[in-house]
Amino acid sequence: MFMLKLIIRNSFRHKLRSLLTVTGVAVAILAFGLLRTLVGLWYLGVESSSSTRLVSRNAISLVFSLPLSYKERIRQVTGVTRVGAMNWFGGVYITEKNFFPNFAIEPLPLFDLYPEFKVSNEEKKAFLLDRQGAVVGRKLAKKFGWKVGDRVVLKGTIFPGQWEFTIRAIYHGAQRSTDETQFFFSWEYLNETLKRTIPRRANQAGIYVVGVANPERAAEISQNIDTIFKNSLAETMTETEKAFQLSFVSMTEAIMVAIQIVSYVVIVIIMVVAANTMAMTARERLSEYATMKSLGFKWLHITTVIFGESLFIAMTGGVAGVLLTFPAANIIERELAQFFPVFHVTPTTTLLQLLAAFLVGTIAALFPSWRGSTITIADGLRRVG
Amino acid sequence: MTVEREMEVRLKDVCKSYQRGSQQVPVLEKISFEIARGEFLALMGPSGSGKSTLLNLLAGIDKVDSGTITIGGCEITTLGDSELADWRAASVGFIFQFYNLIPVLTAYENIELPLLLTCLSRRERREHVLAALEVVNLTDRMDHRPSQLSGGQQQRVAIARAIITDPAILVADEPTGDLDRVSAGEILNLMDHLVRESGKTIIMVTHDPRAAEKAHIVRHLEKGILLES
Repeated sequence: MFMLKLIIRNSFRHKLRSLLTVTGVAVAILAFGLLRTLVGLWYLGVESSSSTRLVSRNAISLVFSLPLSYKERIRQVTGVTRVGAMNWFGGVYITEKNFFPNFAIEPLPLFDLYPEFKVSNEEKKAFLLDRQGAVVGRKLAKKFGWKVGDRVVLKGTIFPGQWEFTIRAIYHGAQRSTDETQFFFSWEYLNETLKRTIPRRANQAGIYVVGVANPERAAEISQNIDTIFKNSLAETMTETEKAFQLSFVSMTEAIMVAIQIVSYVVIVIIMVVAANTMAMTARERLSEYATMKSLGFKWLHITTVIFGESLFIAMTGGVAGVLLTFPAANIIERELAQFFPVFHVTPTTTLLQLLAAFLVGTIAALFPSWRGSTITIADGLRRVG
Repeated sequence: MTVEREMEVRLKDVCKSYQRGSQQVPVLEKISFEIARGEFLALMGPSGSGKSTLLNLLAGIDKVDSGTITIGGCEITTLGDSELADWRAASVGFIFQFYNLIPVLTAYENIELPLLLTCLSRRERREHVLAALEVVNLTDRMDHRPSQLSGGQQQRVAIARAIITDPAILVADEPTGDLDRVSAGEILNLMDHLVRESGKTIIMVTHDPRAAEKAHIVRHLEKGILLES
């Protein structure tokens, strides 16, 4: 109890110094938390991908499409429950700044393949009945103020022209991590239009999303699908949705590694700052430690006082940093929704932040506590003030 | 470790030197003397004569190169660091020139500090602290921090802290060195009172002849050698 009292009082002895150190730790822990969340977000698509979905794409490259005729042949593979053609549309709403992912997808299997998109039966029916209908995520609708029934025009980039849609449904995610910033419309609408405007590009799917009943058979089913189209003009490469998402992530892995390194560098920097503060503090108090030793206190008491103060300051900053991370993440999610549709701080990140703060406090106290506990009483007493 | 409460200090052929670079500088050479229980000894001498070193050796905060020191029947020169710490907690009270109080603790808490190493209950500790505050006449200042006390009051708190465990021996290093004449007089009277009323043995290092006048015995050190009294 006494030690705790001494630790707390010592921590507030130089109020400005302690405040600056706590602020520094808090900012570092906040930055660490946000960077870790950003890294986690990058892998969110991978982590939230379903084990019951496979993706078949052109084996040469994603740039090349697959014939529509493949759909029925894939559906006939044992273990396949649903197949849906899908194209990355790449449309622009008013300006490029308003980026959001938009896809053409076959409406009927969409809701079976993606049960995480929750839509009311009424809206679902309206979407299925309207070839120009669109389903948009809740966050996306909120951002642009869209309501069911609104007309939206996208400028085609991959598929030229002005494409008009009517919003028929607004989905919300089953989990917090579900992306609610996407825009889906009927693949038939795309295909029918292409038949008229660019016939050579019609009847082609960018990818096929394949539903399977048993995820344990995913590898076998993938192989069976690819075997069917072996030696054809458009061979397929079928993989789990997770592997498909990972192939995108791996393209930017170097950036993610760099961000991860920066997140650790931030912690190392604050560790050095905290260590300097603690070294300065301990140096100023050597005579007090010597006095305590002369009264019979041992090295363990001195070490406890120094470690306690260091941990108290670091953990105060750490907790403040953790508490700041949540509102900061909310602001990022709200203001930068087009880049970070889900900016959700996970419990693991919070735990890592607290662990980092603990490490900062512990490592910062190592040298000062060694110095404080090993200095001889005679030497310590000579250091007046 | 058994510590006899009979007060007796005995030094025999105590030598101490310090390493300065490659040189061994002798500080104390073959110091031998004895102090009976309840005596007040003043050690005087010019700067660098080895007074403070001798005091540190007697208080068990420094170690001899050779020779023996026996206090209250316990030969402290044979004790290890941990045993020495226990011995200091039980047997020595320290009074420093600059008081060496912990600034973030109140007078009460500073005095209580050595008792935290004992198995006394909170209530028992409080009784002891209040009694010590009574002795130094600072009961009304018990909740003040050192920065809110004058030099003389701080030194009285330090004295209360020194006597709180009822140690056999009190060591004082220039206890009046940082005080004005009036405060110094009060501190010396208090020390004299402790010797006469409580039978404490005090060993005091001082430059001040007026302070030395209060002592029963005055010994002079010069260049590490104890002069004949």
